[in-house]
Amino acid sequence: MKENALLIHPRDNVAVALKNLAAGEKVKARGIEGLAVLQEIPASHKIALRDIPAGEEIIKYGEIVAVCTRDIKKGEWVHTHNLESKRWKK
Amino acid sequence: MKAITGYERKNGKYGVRNHVLVLPTVSCVNGVVNRISREIPEALCAPHPHGCGRGSPRDTQILFRILASMVHHPNVGAVILIGLGCERSNTKDLKPFIEKAGKPIEIFNVQDCGSLQTAQKGAEACRRLLAEIKGQERVPLPWDKLMVAMECGGSDAMSGVTANVAIGAVSDWLVAKGATVIFGENTEMIGTAHVLARRAKNDEVARKITEMIAQAEQRTKNIMGDLASFVISPGNMDGGMSTIAEKSMGCIFKGGSTTINQVVDYGEWPAEKGLIIQDGPGYDGDSMAGLAASGSQLMFFSTGRGTPAGFPGVPVIKVASNSRIYEAMKDDLDVNAGTLIEGKPLEELRNEMIALMGRVINGEKTKAELNGMDVFTFMTVHPPF
Repeated sequence: MKENALLIHPRDNVAVALKNLAAGEKVKARGIEGLAVLQEIPASHKIALRDIPAGEEIIKYGEIVAVCTRDIKKGEWVHTHNLESKRWKK
Repeated sequence: MKAITGYERKNGKYGVRNHVLVLPTVSCVNGVVNRISREIPEALCAPHPHGCGRGSPRDTQILFRILASMVHHPNVGAVILIGLGCERSNTKDLKPFIEKAGKPIEIFNVQDCGSLQTAQKGAEACRRLLAEIKGQERVPLPWDKLMVAMECGGSDAMSGVTANVAIGAVSDWLVAKGATVIFGENTEMIGTAHVLARRAKNDEVARKITEMIAQAEQRTKNIMGDLASFVISPGNMDGGMSTIAEKSMGCIFKGGSTTINQVVDYGEWPAEKGLIIQDGPGYDGDSMAGLAASGSQLMFFSTGRGTPAGFPGVPVIKVASNSRIYEAMKDDLDVNAGTLIEGKPLEELRNEMIALMGRVINGEKTKAELNGMDVFTFMTVHPPF
């Protein structure tokens, strides 16, 4: 199986796209099953691994890297449009 | 994996190389060291741009610490010290810091007999010392006597996704083996105080982490003013990094995810094992010198834009974050972590890197060693006068 995404740490609630993923494309990565992306995801960007309600923390590298500002659906692109820095609020 | 081996030193440390180091105390005598290098290519000649002209207590502390640590370094079996005579770190003042190194040290000063004669005497001593330490044999190296430094430089958007993640996996493996892993670059920890402090062994280490990062942030603001707010750039965001914490995590994840046992000063020898943070700068050359001075026998160095830099006496394993730069700089880069993008499982890449590390420890030369790409410079905090 050629992997097209990477789950960096088992605690993470996002994975990283290793190449540009098209809407509907299946995520192939160790530790991730039954996930298709809901929209186009650029290479090196984040994909939500499950539904993440607004206000919940985004975990990457096993650590809190941001807080999401609105409900994020499983398979959605996670970036500056739906999260903010935990420390420096917008 | 075959057992790892090294050279046992009198102080209980182990080297993975057995060099005769030719070290100038000050840049004024670099020419002498370069002459010796041309005459004896197998000598480890380490010219540098410092040694005088800075007077602050902090700069003096760093100067003496780095030079002394080069002498003490476990990968060094014998030393030839080339001094000038009137420099700040002159051989007389340096002596108390190096006399307990437990290895042969020969000292020459250019103001005693001039550069040509010093080069000649130095070369003769070098041949003698090379012959003297040649017979020393490798013995099994216990994992808990190994310290590996993790460095990154010339990073790109993939560095935090491929190379640093792979290096982080190696870090976790090493810590589980009982080895010590050290990383520095405090400017690249900005925004992560809350996550790193939580991983600290105790409150004292947590306090030091928070303090170190706050200072790094303040220095950045003092020097760069408003520009400091651009620490996460539009280019970073295009690369998928959404916050400064995420960008910094991508950098410091090369240290893996274990408990942080100690924060050491720049070039300071750790008292703890496991994962150690060094309070040092991000600039590659300065950072490598501090990590080597802390006693690392080996380094991993991730790069996305590509750098050939190595460090004198310390094998540096270069890890490319993408296949394009790996192909372009194949002569300089040892590992291609860009293979993760092409679908190679992380565990497979990690295992290949661990196997390569074992071979390098046992004597296989890295690309930077083969090519002679050593860089030796170190941090200063005040301007010269």
